[in-house]
Amino acid sequence: MAARTIHRKLLLQLSAGAVVMFAFAIFVLPPLYDLFCEVTGIGGKTGGAYEAVAIEVDTSREIEVQFVATNNATIPWDFYPTEERIVVHPGESRAVTFFARNRTGRDMVAQAIPNVLPNNAADYFHKTECFCFNSQPLAAGEQAELDLVFIIDPDLPVSVNTVTLSYTLFDITDRSEALQVSLVQ
Amino acid sequence: MAHGPATLADGLPKYLARWLFTTNHKDIGTLYLWFSFAMFLMGGSFAMIIRAELFQPGMQLIKPEFFNQMTTMHGLVMVFGAIMPAFVGLANWMIPMMIGAPDMALPRMNNLSFWILPFAFAILTATLFMEGGGPNFGWTFYAPLSTTYAPDTVNYFIFGVHIMGASSIMGSINIIATVMNMRAPGMTYMKMPLFVWTWLITAFLLVAVMPVLAGAVTMMLMDINFGTSFFDAAGGGDPVLFQHIFWFFGHPEVYIIILPAFGVVSQIIPTFSRKPLFGYSSMVYATAAIAFLSFIVWAHHMFTVGMPIAGELYFMYATMLIAVPTGVKVFNWITTMYRGSLTFETPMLFSIAFVILFTFGGFTGMMLSIAAADIQYHDTYFVVAHFHYVMVAGAVFSGTAAVYYWLPKWCGKMYDETMGKLQFWIAFIGFNITFMPQHFLGLAGMPRRYADYGLQFADWNMVSSIGAFMYGGAQLLFLYNVVRTIGWGKPTDDPQVWEDAVGLEWTVPTPAPYHTFEKPPVVN
Repeated sequence: MAARTIHRKLLLQLSAGAVVMFAFAIFVLPPLYDLFCEVTGIGGKTGGAYEAVAIEVDTSREIEVQFVATNNATIPWDFYPTEERIVVHPGESRAVTFFARNRTGRDMVAQAIPNVLPNNAADYFHKTECFCFNSQPLAAGEQAELDLVFIIDPDLPVSVNTVTLSYTLFDITDRSEALQVSLVQ
Repeated sequence: MAHGPATLADGLPKYLARWLFTTNHKDIGTLYLWFSFAMFLMGGSFAMIIRAELFQPGMQLIKPEFFNQMTTMHGLVMVFGAIMPAFVGLANWMIPMMIGAPDMALPRMNNLSFWILPFAFAILTATLFMEGGGPNFGWTFYAPLSTTYAPDTVNYFIFGVHIMGASSIMGSINIIATVMNMRAPGMTYMKMPLFVWTWLITAFLLVAVMPVLAGAVTMMLMDINFGTSFFDAAGGGDPVLFQHIFWFFGHPEVYIIILPAFGVVSQIIPTFSRKPLFGYSSMVYATAAIAFLSFIVWAHHMFTVGMPIAGELYFMYATMLIAVPTGVKVFNWITTMYRGSLTFETPMLFSIAFVILFTFGGFTGMMLSIAAADIQYHDTYFVVAHFHYVMVAGAVFSGTAAVYYWLPKWCGKMYDETMGKLQFWIAFIGFNITFMPQHFLGLAGMPRRYADYGLQFADWNMVSSIGAFMYGGAQLLFLYNVVRTIGWGKPTDDPQVWEDAVGLEWTVPTPAPYHTFEKPPVVN
């Protein structure tokens, strides 16, 4: 019957449309979102490990860099920057440390997620070395000095005089047992 | 076949089997309508619990954890269980009769799309009785509230949403196939009644965005159970991504709810104005324009997440642009009434209240669209008041109007006009007493979704609760009116029912026979 055929055809087309939209939501939107944030820098995410190149230090500018450490949810670790603020020149490589101690009686794994404010500074905050590139396993009661080496790019917009780097520490003990976490951050 | 509702003598299966196995569009429409009304009463009773707790400051009746479940379930049940199925029910009943088709294009899928719905809501409601309680993260289920911090029952919620999404998609495909393939000869697209037009556009919206909702809950499911990190910052995901995906579904969703309501009102106002609808083609184009715009404005729900200023400005202006096609519609409804021979039967009263109150809700929406001001209004009772003006006074009033308007055609009995008007006035006054004060509460800074509030908000909350009980009572009167009409209403066999009602549905006998338009009518 002809009517049946045309209904079936439309049914198939529309069902295919629904499947495409489902796939779009799961497989396209999340990467697209990440890409969008990366291109525009608005997610505040910093890039991966930076290959240091010899550049001239711009001593005419002074940038205040503030460090913030936050424990996500109630992860029972001590976690704070050893220096809360430093003043750097663009192009200069500086090393700072964060202190972390696992106060609990069990072995844990944590992951620090960085974020930079203002948003337009994120692309100019280069980390040549960072504890956030890897997860941080600490045994019960263990403490550690976590290293961060960074360079502020001399191309940092002139309107930016203060950059805030914040780390949020997540408990990934359960997750890291289940799968190997590899982050590019 | 004889006129009148089908009976066992017509060779139908008996009792439950008749309804379980039916493929008749009128039966399925009836099922949808009764199911949605049951959900409406359930979601309404959740609202009554909320308003009873908020009657006075302090915690009196329920625990805060249960309060959170009530606000969440109220939203979910009303949006997905009451309003959406109600309009699908109206579509099932009316679209074939309006375009001169004998039935829906895919009758067996129609049966399936209805009968999975009760299971979806049984699963969702059952969580209230489980350990850990029902969903408590708000109807927008933002991650990580709905992932990391969700009760274990969240998996039932996800499954329930999947089923209702599947139901909606099947229902919409059916409507699209019916409208595109089964119009009577001569029924060109631009001759279709506006209710059919709005539903056709709504159905396309549903096919486009319900899968996105399914995708969102699937990603939640993966994050919760399979160790992915779509929305978990600890694994490199981003909770803000959830909000973008949710509102990419959620904003078209509010137009999915309101567009069929526009269609209903566009049928009723011309009848009781005794004039054809003013600006028919502009109505069609305005509907299409609203549907298109609904896809590009979603982030106006998220002005406080920390978007760059360019993003805020874009979403602000794009949102304001929606006022243009919506304004065209309101203008057309008013102009249809202008110099018409107006009478004020119950459906017309609800429709006029719709136009007034929906416009009011639209204006508060304009206030909320101002990115700078929204930071103050965000997540306050001002937002609650705004969306209840458009959802309740919009969609629910329109659905009520539709039932009074077409009920005589469905069952061949007239409702009691006095009782109908009584319900209207209680509902209209009760509604405004409930939600008008919530604007003041929100502007004064009362946040939404809390079980308790500061003493300065006490008076208006008490007023709002009294209005809510009044509005709730009006719904019981609605149930009484409908049951009394079906059982004991004054019989009528006038095919037209309403003086000067225009459209194919008014050419078939009253009550509408079990099968209509087995031979297609010819439309000139």
